[in-house]
Amino acid sequence: MSAATEILVPGKPGEGEALVLSAPISFWGGVDPGTGRIADVRHPQHGEVISGRVLFLPGTIGSSSASAVLMELVHNGRAPAALVLHEPDAILLLGLIVAREMGWETPVAVRLDRGEFDAYRGEALTVAADGAITVAA
Amino acid sequence: MSLSLSPQEQAIAAGQDGAGMAMRIVAESARLLGAPRLIPIASAHIDGALYHGDSGTLFAERLVEGSAKVAVRSTLNVGALDLMGCSRIRLAEPRRGMARRMMEAYRKLGCEQSWTCAPYQAGHRPALGSDVAWGESNAVVFCNSVLGARTNRYGDFLDIACAITGRAPDYGLHRPDNRRARLVFDVSDLSPSFLASEVAWPVLGSLYGREVGNAIGVVRGVGSHPGEDALKAFGAAAASSGAVGLFHIAGVTPEAPDVETILTGPEPEAVIRVTPQMAAKARAGLSTAAAAKTIDAVAIGSPHLSPAEFGSLERLIAGRRLAVPIYACTGRHALALLEQEGRRSRLEASGVVIVADTCVVVTPIMPDLGNGVLMTNSGKFAHYAPGNTGYAVLYASLADCVESAVLGKPVFSDIAA
Repeated sequence: MSAATEILVPGKPGEGEALVLSAPISFWGGVDPGTGRIADVRHPQHGEVISGRVLFLPGTIGSSSASAVLMELVHNGRAPAALVLHEPDAILLLGLIVAREMGWETPVAVRLDRGEFDAYRGEALTVAADGAITVAA
Repeated sequence: MSLSLSPQEQAIAAGQDGAGMAMRIVAESARLLGAPRLIPIASAHIDGALYHGDSGTLFAERLVEGSAKVAVRSTLNVGALDLMGCSRIRLAEPRRGMARRMMEAYRKLGCEQSWTCAPYQAGHRPALGSDVAWGESNAVVFCNSVLGARTNRYGDFLDIACAITGRAPDYGLHRPDNRRARLVFDVSDLSPSFLASEVAWPVLGSLYGREVGNAIGVVRGVGSHPGEDALKAFGAAAASSGAVGLFHIAGVTPEAPDVETILTGPEPEAVIRVTPQMAAKARAGLSTAAAAKTIDAVAIGSPHLSPAEFGSLERLIAGRRLAVPIYACTGRHALALLEQEGRRSRLEASGVVIVADTCVVVTPIMPDLGNGVLMTNSGKFAHYAPGNTGYAVLYASLADCVESAVLGKPVFSDIAA
């Protein structure tokens, strides 16, 4: 199975297990920038680690420091393998844009309708440089 | 609709220097937001100098190495350290050193050393209708709502990139049509004595933020101008409980001479009629430690205290000795006035801990108690203190906060909504 997506921010192709969030998340206060662990106790995926995963985001909420947390994850080598967003979030994705400017390797970020997220839950995925999402055979 | 850059903007973006990096960041954000062009800005307020991790320090230093300088007046929001040395910050090395390097890098970029979340009370007041790029939620909402200057909520990195380029994406609240109200928040059923009280504004702001979220509303039923510090408290609370970037108060804020003028259409999409019960519930919701027998500290000054608020604090303390400390957070603009006539040393002799350049919820200042109880008159502190400091919170008026600090236990004098 594979799907074509729209590239929001180009980056390194990713490979990893899908982590499909079932609720929007605030990166600031919601994700530990040192470990990539979901720290928000009210979030349904509390305790999961986003690092190295293909992260499906149904939405983002909260602070305008989300970009700083995502860039810190990139800098600490704890970023997701790829980001799949229902809609572009300029504040969050700015973290990738600035990290690219710093010369750090960043994961690719793509857009996909959240109605299609469920098909990928728990699967091992690759996200190619052209944005195509493929389930590993 | 795709982004179109002027030849001059394209030339800057092609550069390998700090200005080029800043222009590419602004342009990429504009592309993601769907903005058709960039517009010039008159000023910036930078929230990006608060340390969240080393990458932010390295980013600011990269801009300095690339000889970047801000192109417009740029004030700085709080940092993680009290550079004035008023209070002791418990941030340990190596984070402390990286936080200091970050503050220093923003100074070298040409930003003013204002280090306050109330730049609008420190002489930075852009003109009605001007486009600016401001960060920090309370500063953004005050700038839009009370000053009538136009800004979106500019986050970390984009704020300084806009300041260096002197440009911002043409999007959102920069466009007059997007500044009109769809909802009415009606407070006419509340008693005039409640509306005239200090607690009304953080309480109503907190309720407003929860009710309207990121929509734009107009408040109806406020008889007279409540004063700038009240609007500051309302906006800060609203921007903490919701994603409020702009509010209007009919007959008070500059874009809303009356309700009809600022509405998008002849009728609002919804009217929120605030009952005394709703206000009482919102007030109770600001506290997380309702049954506390004692308190460990009082924190005030989110947003930073104005000189007038320090005047109220001095009158209420009236030279008495406090049983628990009052952490009074402020900026250099107010500190300079306090230094005159020995006011600062008299407050400190009473047991007030003045915190300058930063505040108690963004950096470790108050002792780690595990189960401490903090009293505050700030809706914003009430919102963030439990998560950021571990203290449970009691919300009260400034007068009650001072009496409670003198006694070391909570005292409440109720004003019915």
